[in-house]
Amino acid sequence: MTPQEEQHEQLERLLGPTGHELSCDECFDLLDQYVDLEVTGADADARIPGMRAHLTGCPACNEEHESLRALVTDDRG
Amino acid sequence: MSGSTSAEPLVYARRVPEHTLQEPEVEALRGDGPERERAIAGLHELLLRAARFEVSRRRAALSHVRGEELEDIATQAADDALMAVLAKLDDFRGESRFTTWAYKFALLEAGVRLRKRAWQGREVVMEPESWTAFADRRASAHDELEQAELLGALKKAVDTCLSPHQREVFVALALNEVPIDVLAERLQTTRGALYKTLHDARRKLRLELAAAGFARPEES
Repeated sequence: MTPQEEQHEQLERLLGPTGHELSCDECFDLLDQYVDLEVTGADADARIPGMRAHLTGCPACNEEHESLRALVTDDRG
Repeated sequence: MSGSTSAEPLVYARRVPEHTLQEPEVEALRGDGPERERAIAGLHELLLRAARFEVSRRRAALSHVRGEELEDIATQAADDALMAVLAKLDDFRGESRFTTWAYKFALLEAGVRLRKRAWQGREVVMEPESWTAFADRRASAHDELEQAELLGALKKAVDTCLSPHQREVFVALALNEVPIDVLAERLQTTRGALYKTLHDARRKLRLELAAAGFARPEES
């Protein structure tokens, strides 16, 4: 990644996602549904609008999403 | 539950079959007697697996922490997740697998504990000292000028548009990348409240930058 791309990405991270975004509490409430939709190949983003934007903007919720998806995927073998 | 499991080695790879807790077992959790006790023990095992899984994913960032302490963290996370799952059992409406629903409580408990442990003893910087590192990155002369103008406008907006609390939260979380759970503990608030503050601050900054002529995707 060039320094310019790196700085652009950092600016995007600072300013966060635009548009509709779930709150942290809403994200937690719906995270299990979102992950089950993802691992079964369904369109999770269409079914749960605002989740992807929140995961982009909130590193902690994003880490929990990544972990839950990895764990459920691991269970499925 | 902690006492019976804290001596177990850190084993993450043991796979739990899909649909570990079928609906009848969820019903057992709602019942009473020995069946409920068995179901609770099974649920705790499931939550411990999730907590250990989280520990293993973050182990590289916690190389300075002893394995026994990490196992204690996993066990405490599983214990607290068990309490949370049992308390919220009526909220489970079968819109996901029960296992997926239960796992998220253990991952949350373990994640929060591990973030706090990783930052234990570290100063939480609330001042915008990261601007310097941000501005130091080199690009082409034209890009550098453009980025410098944007950065200048952003710094100005942070100074002039945000309330003192919004500025403090934005600087700590977005600029200095303090984990949100660590900041929540220091400020005695919640992740949700801090994120709302960050969200509002970001929105103000985006609008201010747009008004200053720096194009960005539209707000809906």
